[in-house]
Amino acid sequence: MYAALWRAIPGNVFAKVGAMLLLLVSALALLFFVIFPVVEPHLPWNDVTVNTPPVESVPSLLESATPTPSPSG
Amino acid sequence: MTQVVHDGYHARRRPRPDTRTVIGVVGEVLITLGVIVFLFLAYELWFTGLYTAHAQSSLKSQLRNEWARPAPTALPGESPGASSGASPGPSATAVPGLADAPLPGDAIGLIRIPRLGLGYAYAIVEGVSTDDLKKGPGHYPGTAMPGGIGNFVLSGHRTTYLAPFNGLGELRLGDAIVIETRDTWYTYRVTRTETVLPTAVGVILPVPDKPHLKPTKALITLTTCTPKYSASHRLVIEGELQSALPKSAGLPPALKGA
Repeated sequence: MYAALWRAIPGNVFAKVGAMLLLLVSALALLFFVIFPVVEPHLPWNDVTVNTPPVESVPSLLESATPTPSPSG
Repeated sequence: MTQVVHDGYHARRRPRPDTRTVIGVVGEVLITLGVIVFLFLAYELWFTGLYTAHAQSSLKSQLRNEWARPAPTALPGESPGASSGASPGPSATAVPGLADAPLPGDAIGLIRIPRLGLGYAYAIVEGVSTDDLKKGPGHYPGTAMPGGIGNFVLSGHRTTYLAPFNGLGELRLGDAIVIETRDTWYTYRVTRTETVLPTAVGVILPVPDKPHLKPTKALITLTTCTPKYSASHRLVIEGELQSALPKSAGLPPALKGA
Protein backbone atom coordinates (compact mmCIF):
# COMPACT_ATOMS: atom_id res chain seq x y z
CA MET A 1 0.00 0.00 0.00
CA TYR A 2 2.59 2.55 1.08
CA ALA A 3 5.11 1.10 -1.35
CA ALA A 4 2.62 1.55 -4.18
CA LEU A 5 2.02 5.12 -3.02
CA TRP A 6 5.79 5.73 -3.04
CA ARG A 7 6.04 4.42 -6.58
CA ALA A 8 3.04 6.44 -7.72
CA ILE A 9 4.53 9.74 -6.64
CA PRO A 10 6.61 11.20 -9.46
CA GLY A 11 9.97 12.90 -9.08
CA ASN A 12 13.22 12.16 -7.27
CA VAL A 13 13.62 10.96 -3.69
CA PHE A 14 13.32 14.44 -2.19
CA ALA A 15 10.12 15.17 -4.07
CA LYS A 16 8.71 11.82 -2.95
CA VAL A 17 9.65 12.45 0.70
CA GLY A 18 8.13 15.93 0.54
CA ALA A 19 4.90 14.66 -0.99
CA MET A 20 4.66 11.86 1.59
CA LEU A 21 5.12 14.35 4.46
CA LEU A 22 2.47 16.59 2.96
CA LEU A 23 0.07 13.65 2.71
CA LEU A 24 0.85 12.63 6.30
CA VAL A 25 0.18 16.13 7.62
CA SER A 26 -3.10 16.39 5.70
CA ALA A 27 -4.18 12.97 6.98
CA LEU A 28 -3.42 14.05 10.57
CA ALA A 29 -5.30 17.31 10.08
CA LEU A 30 -8.28 15.44 8.69
CA LEU A 31 -8.26 13.09 11.71
CA PHE A 32 -7.79 15.75 14.40
CA PHE A 33 -10.07 18.45 13.02
CA VAL A 34 -12.80 16.49 11.24
CA ILE A 35 -13.01 12.79 12.03
CA PHE A 36 -12.17 12.71 15.76
CA PRO A 37 -14.55 15.57 16.68
CA VAL A 38 -17.35 13.77 14.80
CA VAL A 39 -16.66 10.39 16.40
CA GLU A 40 -16.14 11.66 19.93
CA PRO A 41 -19.73 12.46 21.01
CA HIS A 42 -20.77 8.88 20.19
CA LEU A 43 -18.36 7.49 22.76
CA PRO A 44 -19.50 7.23 26.34
CA TRP A 45 -16.62 8.39 28.53
CA ASN A 46 -17.42 12.09 28.31
CA ASP A 47 -20.83 11.76 29.97
CA VAL A 48 -20.53 13.64 33.24
CA THR A 49 -24.08 14.78 33.89
CA VAL A 50 -26.96 12.93 35.53
CA ASN A 51 -29.81 14.50 33.58
CA THR A 52 -29.77 12.10 30.63
CA PRO A 53 -30.63 8.69 32.03
CA PRO A 54 -30.45 5.87 29.49
CA VAL A 55 -33.93 4.38 29.63
CA GLU A 56 -32.83 0.76 29.57
CA SER A 57 -30.86 1.12 32.79
CA VAL A 58 -33.81 2.42 34.83
CA PRO A 59 -35.41 -1.01 35.45
CA SER A 60 -32.08 -2.37 36.64
CA LEU A 61 -31.82 0.55 39.03
CA LEU A 62 -35.26 -0.19 40.45
CA GLU A 63 -34.43 -3.87 40.61
CA SER A 64 -31.28 -3.28 42.62
CA ALA A 65 -33.18 -1.05 45.03
CA THR A 66 -35.82 -3.70 45.71
CA PRO A 67 -34.64 -6.60 47.88
CA THR A 68 -34.94 -9.83 45.96
CA PRO A 69 -36.92 -12.50 47.81
CA SER A 70 -34.73 -15.32 49.01
CA PRO A 71 -35.65 -18.76 47.62
CA SER A 72 -35.81 -20.34 51.06
CA GLY A 73 -38.61 -17.96 51.94
CA MET B 1 18.82 -32.88 -12.84
CA THR B 2 20.51 -29.70 -11.84
CA GLN B 3 18.10 -27.83 -14.02
CA VAL B 4 15.15 -29.27 -12.09
CA VAL B 5 16.67 -28.34 -8.73
CA HIS B 6 17.36 -24.86 -10.00
CA ASP B 7 13.78 -24.51 -11.13
CA GLY B 8 12.48 -25.68 -7.77
CA TYR B 9 14.67 -23.18 -5.97
CA HIS B 10 13.35 -20.43 -8.20
CA ALA B 11 9.77 -21.53 -7.73
CA ARG B 12 10.13 -21.12 -3.95
CA ARG B 13 11.95 -17.81 -4.22
CA ARG B 14 9.79 -16.31 -6.89
CA PRO B 15 7.23 -13.95 -5.24
CA ARG B 16 3.58 -14.78 -5.68
CA PRO B 17 2.31 -11.28 -6.17
CA ASP B 18 -1.39 -11.86 -5.44
CA THR B 19 -1.17 -13.43 -2.01
CA ARG B 20 1.80 -11.37 -0.87
CA THR B 21 0.25 -8.11 -1.96
CA VAL B 22 -3.01 -8.91 -0.22
CA ILE B 23 -1.29 -9.89 3.02
CA GLY B 24 0.93 -6.85 2.83
CA VAL B 25 -1.95 -4.46 2.30
CA VAL B 26 -4.01 -6.04 5.07
CA GLY B 27 -1.05 -5.76 7.43
CA GLU B 28 -0.45 -2.14 6.55
CA VAL B 29 -4.14 -1.31 7.00
CA LEU B 30 -4.20 -2.96 10.44
CA ILE B 31 -1.03 -1.16 11.55
CA THR B 32 -2.49 2.11 10.30
CA LEU B 33 -5.73 1.54 12.22
CA GLY B 34 -3.72 0.80 15.36
CA VAL B 35 -1.80 4.03 14.96
CA ILE B 36 -5.10 5.90 14.46
CA VAL B 37 -6.45 4.49 17.73
CA PHE B 38 -3.38 5.79 19.55
CA LEU B 39 -3.78 9.14 17.83
CA PHE B 40 -7.40 9.27 19.00
CA LEU B 41 -6.23 8.60 22.55
CA ALA B 42 -3.78 11.49 22.27
CA TYR B 43 -6.55 13.64 20.84
CA GLU B 44 -8.92 12.86 23.71
CA LEU B 45 -6.42 13.24 26.53
CA TRP B 46 -4.38 16.24 25.35
CA PHE B 47 -5.59 17.82 22.16
CA THR B 48 -9.09 18.50 23.56
CA GLY B 49 -7.42 20.35 26.43
CA LEU B 50 -6.02 22.92 23.99
CA TYR B 51 -9.56 23.84 22.98
CA THR B 52 -10.67 24.12 26.61
CA ALA B 53 -7.62 26.18 27.56
CA HIS B 54 -8.45 28.62 24.80
CA ALA B 55 -12.14 28.75 25.77
CA GLN B 56 -11.22 29.22 29.44
CA SER B 57 -8.96 32.16 28.73
CA SER B 58 -11.68 33.88 26.73
CA LEU B 59 -14.32 33.14 29.41
CA LYS B 60 -11.99 34.50 32.10
CA SER B 61 -11.35 37.67 30.15
CA GLN B 62 -15.11 37.96 29.64
CA LEU B 63 -15.51 37.81 33.43
CA ARG B 64 -12.68 40.31 34.01
CA ASN B 65 -14.25 42.77 31.58
CA GLU B 66 -17.70 42.30 33.06
CA TRP B 67 -16.50 42.70 36.63
CA ALA B 68 -14.43 45.76 35.72
CA ARG B 69 -17.55 47.57 34.52
CA PRO B 70 -19.94 49.06 37.08
CA ALA B 71 -22.65 46.64 38.14
CA PRO B 72 -25.53 46.63 35.63
CA THR B 73 -28.06 45.90 38.35
CA ALA B 74 -27.83 48.37 41.20
CA LEU B 75 -29.29 46.27 43.99
CA PRO B 76 -30.89 48.31 46.77
CA GLY B 77 -28.29 49.32 49.29
CA GLU B 78 -25.41 48.07 47.17
CA SER B 79 -24.58 51.32 45.43
CA PRO B 80 -26.95 54.05 46.59
CA GLY B 81 -24.94 56.76 44.81
CA ALA B 82 -25.60 55.29 41.39
CA SER B 83 -29.35 55.03 41.84
CA SER B 84 -29.67 58.62 42.99
CA GLY B 85 -27.52 59.90 40.15
CA ALA B 86 -29.23 58.12 37.28
CA SER B 87 -32.94 58.22 36.68
CA PRO B 88 -34.42 54.68 36.74
CA GLY B 89 -35.32 53.95 33.13
CA PRO B 90 -37.36 51.07 31.74
CA SER B 91 -34.15 49.04 31.31
CA ALA B 92 -33.60 49.12 35.07
CA THR B 93 -36.50 46.73 35.56
CA ALA B 94 -35.57 44.45 32.66
CA VAL B 95 -31.93 43.92 33.63
CA PRO B 96 -32.46 42.06 36.93
CA GLY B 97 -34.28 39.29 35.06
CA LEU B 98 -31.25 38.90 32.81
CA ALA B 99 -28.96 38.73 35.79
CA ASP B 100 -31.07 35.95 37.29
CA ALA B 101 -30.86 33.76 34.19
CA PRO B 102 -27.51 34.03 32.43
CA LEU B 103 -27.37 33.22 28.74
CA PRO B 104 -26.19 29.72 27.79
CA GLY B 105 -22.47 29.74 27.12
CA ASP B 106 -21.81 32.79 29.30
CA ALA B 107 -19.32 32.72 32.14
CA ILE B 108 -21.06 33.03 35.50
CA GLY B 109 -18.11 32.96 37.90
CA LEU B 110 -14.94 31.16 38.91
CA ILE B 111 -14.62 27.97 40.91
CA ARG B 112 -11.59 27.56 43.17
CA ILE B 113 -10.75 24.42 45.16
CA PRO B 114 -7.76 24.97 47.47
CA ARG B 115 -7.29 21.19 47.94
CA LEU B 116 -6.44 20.95 44.24
CA GLY B 117 -3.89 23.75 44.40
CA LEU B 118 -4.04 27.48 45.00
CA GLY B 119 -3.83 28.07 41.27
CA TYR B 120 -6.92 25.93 40.64
CA ALA B 121 -9.46 28.26 39.06
CA TYR B 122 -11.90 27.52 36.27
CA ALA B 123 -14.47 29.76 34.70
CA ILE B 124 -17.95 28.27 35.08
CA VAL B 125 -20.02 28.25 31.92
CA GLU B 126 -23.83 28.38 31.90
CA GLY B 127 -25.25 25.13 30.49
CA VAL B 128 -24.33 21.44 30.50
CA SER B 129 -24.65 20.57 26.83
CA THR B 130 -21.76 18.80 25.15
CA ASP B 131 -20.58 22.07 23.66
CA ASP B 132 -20.85 23.97 26.96
CA LEU B 133 -18.84 21.37 28.86
CA LYS B 134 -16.05 21.53 26.29
CA LYS B 135 -15.42 25.07 27.56
CA GLY B 136 -15.25 24.22 31.25
CA PRO B 137 -17.36 23.18 34.24
CA GLY B 138 -21.01 23.84 33.44
CA HIS B 139 -23.89 25.08 35.59
CA TYR B 140 -27.17 23.19 35.26
CA PRO B 141 -29.63 25.80 34.00
CA GLY B 142 -32.52 26.25 36.39
CA THR B 143 -30.61 25.22 39.50
CA ALA B 144 -29.69 27.82 42.11
CA MET B 145 -27.12 30.50 41.39
CA PRO B 146 -23.99 30.84 43.58
CA GLY B 147 -24.94 31.43 47.20
CA GLY B 148 -28.65 31.02 46.48
CA ILE B 149 -31.02 28.91 48.53
CA GLY B 150 -31.33 25.57 46.78
CA ASN B 151 -28.69 23.57 44.93
CA PHE B 152 -25.98 25.17 42.78
CA VAL B 153 -25.13 22.25 40.48
CA LEU B 154 -22.00 21.98 38.32
CA SER B 155 -20.74 19.24 36.00
CA GLY B 156 -17.28 18.92 34.52
CA HIS B 157 -15.03 16.59 32.58
CA ARG B 158 -12.84 14.18 34.53
CA THR B 159 -10.22 13.12 31.98
CA THR B 160 -10.70 15.08 28.76
CA TYR B 161 -11.07 18.76 27.82
CA LEU B 162 -8.46 19.90 30.34
CA ALA B 163 -10.13 17.63 32.92
CA PRO B 164 -11.29 20.37 35.31
CA PHE B 165 -12.92 17.87 37.68
CA ASN B 166 -10.11 15.31 37.51
CA GLY B 167 -9.18 15.78 41.17
CA LEU B 168 -12.68 15.61 42.69
CA GLY B 169 -11.87 12.17 44.06
CA GLU B 170 -9.26 13.77 46.34
CA LEU B 171 -11.80 16.00 48.11
CA ARG B 172 -12.47 15.21 51.75
CA LEU B 173 -15.28 16.21 54.07
CA GLY B 174 -14.87 19.82 55.14
CA ASP B 175 -12.78 20.85 52.13
CA ALA B 176 -13.54 24.29 50.75
CA ILE B 177 -15.09 24.98 47.35
CA VAL B 178 -14.97 28.70 46.66
CA ILE B 179 -17.15 30.35 44.03
CA GLU B 180 -16.08 33.82 42.98
CA THR B 181 -18.70 36.12 41.49
CA ARG B 182 -18.62 39.83 40.70
CA ASP B 183 -18.79 41.01 44.30
CA THR B 184 -18.68 37.96 46.52
CA TRP B 185 -16.62 34.96 47.62
CA TYR B 186 -19.00 32.08 48.38
CA THR B 187 -17.25 29.42 50.44
CA TYR B 188 -18.89 26.01 50.53
CA ARG B 189 -17.69 23.09 52.67
CA VAL B 190 -17.92 19.51 51.42
CA THR B 191 -20.54 17.60 53.42
CA ARG B 192 -20.90 14.42 51.37
CA THR B 193 -19.10 12.52 48.62
CA GLU B 194 -20.70 9.55 46.94
CA THR B 195 -20.74 7.45 43.82
CA VAL B 196 -24.11 7.04 42.12
CA LEU B 197 -25.52 5.63 38.92
CA PRO B 198 -25.91 8.02 35.98
CA THR B 199 -29.67 7.78 36.49
CA ALA B 200 -29.58 9.31 39.97
CA VAL B 201 -31.10 12.63 38.92
CA GLY B 202 -32.16 13.23 42.54
CA VAL B 203 -28.74 14.64 43.38
CA ILE B 204 -29.41 17.85 41.45
CA LEU B 205 -32.71 18.64 43.20
CA PRO B 206 -32.91 21.78 45.39
CA VAL B 207 -33.00 19.39 48.35
CA PRO B 208 -31.04 16.39 47.02
CA ASP B 209 -33.07 13.18 46.72
CA LYS B 210 -36.14 14.86 48.32
CA PRO B 211 -38.30 16.06 45.43
CA HIS B 212 -41.10 17.43 47.58
CA LEU B 213 -39.17 19.40 50.17
CA LYS B 214 -38.72 23.15 49.96
CA PRO B 215 -35.03 24.12 50.17
CA THR B 216 -33.86 26.05 53.20
CA LYS B 217 -30.10 25.71 52.74
CA ALA B 218 -27.67 26.94 50.08
CA LEU B 219 -25.97 23.84 48.70
CA ILE B 220 -23.46 23.09 45.97
CA THR B 221 -23.25 19.84 44.00
CA LEU B 222 -20.43 18.85 41.66
CA THR B 223 -20.86 15.87 39.35
CA THR B 224 -18.38 14.14 37.09
CA CYS B 225 -17.85 10.66 35.73
CA THR B 226 -16.24 7.91 37.76
CA PRO B 227 -14.16 5.79 37.71
CA LYS B 228 -11.74 7.77 35.58
CA TYR B 229 -11.89 6.98 31.85
CA SER B 230 -15.29 5.35 32.37
CA ALA B 231 -18.87 6.54 32.33
CA SER B 232 -20.45 3.75 34.34
CA HIS B 233 -21.04 5.88 37.45
CA ARG B 234 -21.07 9.48 38.60
CA LEU B 235 -19.01 10.99 41.38
CA VAL B 236 -21.09 13.45 43.37
CA ILE B 237 -19.62 16.03 45.75
CA GLU B 238 -22.09 17.90 47.90
CA GLY B 239 -21.34 20.96 50.00
CA GLU B 240 -23.08 23.54 52.11
CA LEU B 241 -22.57 27.29 52.08
CA GLN B 242 -20.37 28.34 54.96
CA SER B 243 -19.80 32.01 54.25
CA ALA B 244 -20.47 34.72 51.70
CA LEU B 245 -17.87 37.47 52.02
CA PRO B 246 -17.63 40.66 49.96
CA LYS B 247 -14.61 40.73 47.69
CA SER B 248 -13.81 44.22 48.92
CA ALA B 249 -12.84 42.61 52.25
CA GLY B 250 -10.00 40.64 50.63
CA LEU B 251 -9.46 36.93 50.19
CA PRO B 252 -11.71 34.52 52.10
CA PRO B 253 -10.02 32.42 54.82
CA ALA B 254 -10.20 29.27 52.67
CA LEU B 255 -7.93 30.84 50.04
CA LYS B 256 -5.57 32.49 52.51
CA GLY B 257 -4.32 29.22 54.01
CA ALA B 258 -1.09 27.56 52.85
